[in-house]
Amino acid sequence: MSAVVAEHDDHHDHGPAKGLLRWVITTNHKDIGTLYLLFALTMFFVGGAMAMVIRAELFEPGMQFVNPQFFNSMTTMHALVMVFGAVMPAFVGLANWMIPMMIGSPDMALPRMNNMSFWLLVAGVLLLASTLFMEGGAPAAGWTLYPPLVLQTGKALPFAIFSVHLLGISSIMGGINIIATIFNMRAPGMTLMKMPMFVWTWLITAFLLIAIMPVFAGAVTMLLTDKFFHTSFFDAAGGGDPVLYQHIFWFFGHPEVYVMILPTFGVASTIIPVFARKPLFGYSSMVYATAAIAFLSFIVWAHHMFTVGMPIAGELYFMYATMLIAIPTGVKVFNWTATMWKGSMTFETPMLFSIAFVVLFTMGGFTGLMMAIAPVDFQYHDTYFIVAHFHYTLVPASVFILMAAGYFWLPKWTGHMYDERIGRLHFWLSVVSVNILFFPQHFLGLAGMPRRIPDYAVQFADWNMISSIGGFIFGASQLLFLYVVIHTIRGGTGEKVTAEVWEDAAKHSLEWTLPSPPPYHSFTTPPAVIPTEHV
Amino acid sequence: MKKTKQLFAGLILMALGLGTAQADYTLNLMKGVTKVSNDIYDLHMLILWICVFIGIGVFGTMFYSIYHHRKSKGHKAAQFHENTTVEIMWTIVPTIILIGMAIPATKAMIELDDVQEAEMSIKVTGHQWKWEYEYLDNGIHFFSSLDEASNKARQVGSGIDPRSVPHYLLNVDKPLVIPTKKKIRFVFTSADVIHSWWVPDLGWKKDTNPGFINESWTSVNEPGTYRGQCTELCGKDHGFMPIVVIAMDEPDYDAWVEKQKAAVAAEAGSASKQWTTEELVAKGKSIYDTSCSSCHMADGAGLPGTFPAITASPVVTGDINAQVKLMSDGKGMMPAFGKMLSAVDFAAVVTYTRNGLGNAVGDSIQPSAIQALQSATSAADKNE
Repeated sequence: MSAVVAEHDDHHDHGPAKGLLRWVITTNHKDIGTLYLLFALTMFFVGGAMAMVIRAELFEPGMQFVNPQFFNSMTTMHALVMVFGAVMPAFVGLANWMIPMMIGSPDMALPRMNNMSFWLLVAGVLLLASTLFMEGGAPAAGWTLYPPLVLQTGKALPFAIFSVHLLGISSIMGGINIIATIFNMRAPGMTLMKMPMFVWTWLITAFLLIAIMPVFAGAVTMLLTDKFFHTSFFDAAGGGDPVLYQHIFWFFGHPEVYVMILPTFGVASTIIPVFARKPLFGYSSMVYATAAIAFLSFIVWAHHMFTVGMPIAGELYFMYATMLIAIPTGVKVFNWTATMWKGSMTFETPMLFSIAFVVLFTMGGFTGLMMAIAPVDFQYHDTYFIVAHFHYTLVPASVFILMAAGYFWLPKWTGHMYDERIGRLHFWLSVVSVNILFFPQHFLGLAGMPRRIPDYAVQFADWNMISSIGGFIFGASQLLFLYVVIHTIRGGTGEKVTAEVWEDAAKHSLEWTLPSPPPYHSFTTPPAVIPTEHV
Repeated sequence: MKKTKQLFAGLILMALGLGTAQADYTLNLMKGVTKVSNDIYDLHMLILWICVFIGIGVFGTMFYSIYHHRKSKGHKAAQFHENTTVEIMWTIVPTIILIGMAIPATKAMIELDDVQEAEMSIKVTGHQWKWEYEYLDNGIHFFSSLDEASNKARQVGSGIDPRSVPHYLLNVDKPLVIPTKKKIRFVFTSADVIHSWWVPDLGWKKDTNPGFINESWTSVNEPGTYRGQCTELCGKDHGFMPIVVIAMDEPDYDAWVEKQKAAVAAEAGSASKQWTTEELVAKGKSIYDTSCSSCHMADGAGLPGTFPAITASPVVTGDINAQVKLMSDGKGMMPAFGKMLSAVDFAAVVTYTRNGLGNAVGDSIQPSAIQALQSATSAADKNE
C-alpha cells in the first residue's frame, strides 16, 4: 500500500497515459469511473432498444413484428442488460468517481483490481449479448432463469451462465474495492458517522454484493450441472425440486434489487440538501434505516413466491417480514420531505429529478406494500401490476437518480456547465412520459393481464397502446440526455464553473473543495477541514 | 387508424377531467364470484385507501413546501436537522398501521389456505401449452387448449383482426365445467415446466410444479363463464394457454357429466371401426393444427435449431411404428402424446403427417392398432 503511494509521490503531477491505451490500462478512479458510466449509458440504450421492441409488439393486439420466442428473449435480455449492464455499472461508476473525492483520498484502495473488474464486466455483458445470435436464440425464460424452462434454452445456456459468473466476479471485486477504500482511505477526521450518505449507502451495498453474488453464481452453476452433468438439483425425477432454485435465486434476487436502490437513496440524500440549502434531516436515522433495509432484504425473499405452494406459516412469516420494510423506507421518505421543509429551494435539473424520484419511488413503495399482503398477492402476482411496481422503483427511481447524478456532477467532472434549458426539457418529457408508460400498467394488471405475454385479449388494448406511446416518448427523450452529456464534455455552455458549482455545496461534501475538473489524483494531501453540514 | 384517434381523443378528454365512457376495460381489481375473491377485493381496497391517504399526506406536505419554501419567494432556509420526537413518531405510527393491516390479511390468508372438507376434487396438469383436467371423483378427463379462431388470428402476420374474434385469446376448445355452491378442491401439477393457473374471478392463482402437488379450493355461487390465463412464463406459447371455467347449477352440471360419459363410450366405439386414409388425413389436419403446429409450424417447416421440420423428416418418412413410438413417448421438449391424444386422434395425426405437409409416404395406421400399442405399453409400465 505505502509503496504505491510513495511511487506516485516521485512524479507528483503526472497525468494520464497518452492515446487510446490510456483507457485500457488505466488504474485511475476517475478514468475507470468514466468507463463504467459510458458503458452503462451505452447499455441503457441497448436495453432501451429491446424495450422498444417489446412495446412495439404490445402496441396493438395480435402478433405484428416478432415471434413469441423472440419476444421472450427480448423481455429476458432487456432485464438482464438493464440490471447487470446499465443500472449496476452506472452506480459503480459513480462510486469510482465520487467515493475517493468524498472521503478525501487520492484514489481507490485497489486500483489494478478496479481496472480488472471493469473489463470483466465488459466481457460478461458482451458474452451475454452474443447469445442473441446463437442457434436457438438468447435465453427466453425471464431474467430469473427458472428451471425447468431455462434448461430448454438452446446453445446459449452455458454462455449465459458463464456470463453471469463473470458479472458476479466483477461485482464482488468492485464491492471489495469499495469496502477497502472506505475502511482504509478516509481522510483524518472523517469518522464513519461523518461520511456523506452516498458513501454510507455504497458501503452497505458493497456488503450486500459480496454476500449475494456467490449465491447467484451457485444457483446458475447448479443449472449448468443439471443440464450437462446429470445432476438433479431442480428435477423431481432425481429427488430435486424446481422450487429450490426459486428460493436460492430470490435469496440473491431480493438483496439484488436493493443493490440498485440503496445507492439511489444515497444520491438523493446528497442532492436534496444542496438545493434545499439545508442540512439533511435525520442523518443518523438515514444510516440506520439503510442498514435496516439491507438486513431485512435477506429475510423476505419468498414474497416473490407466494403462489408457489408454501405452507401457511411460510406465507404469513414472509408477509409480516416484508411489511416491516415499509417502516425504514417510510423513515427515509419522511426525512427527505423534512429536509425540504422550510428550506430555500431552487429547482435545477438535478433537484427536479430528485423530487420526482421521491414521489414516484414512494408510489412504487405503496404498490410494494400492497403486494406484501400475501392473500392479495394471489391476485397481483405475475401480472402487469407487478411490472408497473418494479418499473416505478427502477425507472423513475434508480434511473432518474442516475440522471440527477449526471446533471449534478457533470460540471464537477468536466469543468463545463450543461445546458439547463435542455436539462429541464429532458426532465419534463421524462417525468410525463414515464407515467404515461407505467401508470396504465397498474390498470392492466388489476384487470387481469399476465406479464411476459406477447399478445393479449382485446379488453387490454387501449391501455397497452397508451403505455406504448408513453414508452416511445420516454425512449426518444433519453436522446436529449445523450446530447447533454456530449455537449457538456465538449465545452457545454462555455460558462466557467467554480469549484463549488452549486451554492454552498462545499459545506456538504469534500468533492466541491477540489477544482472543477478535479486533479487526476483527487486528494494528494488530506483535506484540512471535514464538512459536517449533514451530520 | 380510427382507434388511435379515439385514444388520443380519450387522453385529451381525460386530461380535461371529463372522463370517457370509451371501452369495456376495467381499472380496478375484479370482485370475483367467490367469498375468498370478495374478501381479497375488500383487503385490496383497504390497503389501497390507506396508501392513498398516506400519499396525500406526504405529497401534500412536500408540495406545500415546494411551493412556499423556495428561494425565488425569498424564503430563508431554517437550519434544523433532527427532532427525536418526530422521528420516533413516524416510526411508531406506521408500525401501528401495519399491524392493523396484518390482522385482516392473516384472516384472509388462512381462509385461502383451507382446503379441508372439499366435496369434490379436480386435478389440473399444466402442459406446454395446454391444460389437462381430471375429475378425480368421476373419471372425466380431457385437455383444454386455445380455441381455433384465436389460434389462427394470433399467428404472426395472420391478417385477422383480433377484435373480430370472440374472446380473443381467452377462449378454449373444451372448458372446465364445475358445479356451483360446492367446495371444490383443485390439485395442481405439471408435465414439463412450471405454469400457473389463474382465474381472476376465483381470487387466486397457483403454480403447477413438475413432480409436486399444490392445492387450492373454490366455491362459486353464481353460474357463469369465468376466464383466465397461465401466469407463469412457460415458454414460447405462454400467452396462448387460456383457462375457461363454466360454473353450472347442480342439474345442468349433472347433465354435462352424463354427456361426457356418453362421449367417452362413443369415442371407444369409433376407435374400433376401420378408417380410410382420407378420413384419417382430414381429421389429422385439425389435430395437427391444435397440438403440433405451435412448434413444428402450420406448414411443417419447424424452427431450424429448435424444432425439427415435419416435411421430409426422416422420422415421418421412415418406419411408421418408430414414428408412433417417438410421438407416444416424447423426446426432449417433445411431449409424450401417447397419454394426451385419443387413439383416433393419434392415428389421424400420424397418418396426416405422412400424407400431408409435403410428405407422401402413402401408408396409414388404424386407431385400433394404436390402442393395441398403448395397452401393451401400459402393461409394460405396470411390470416395471
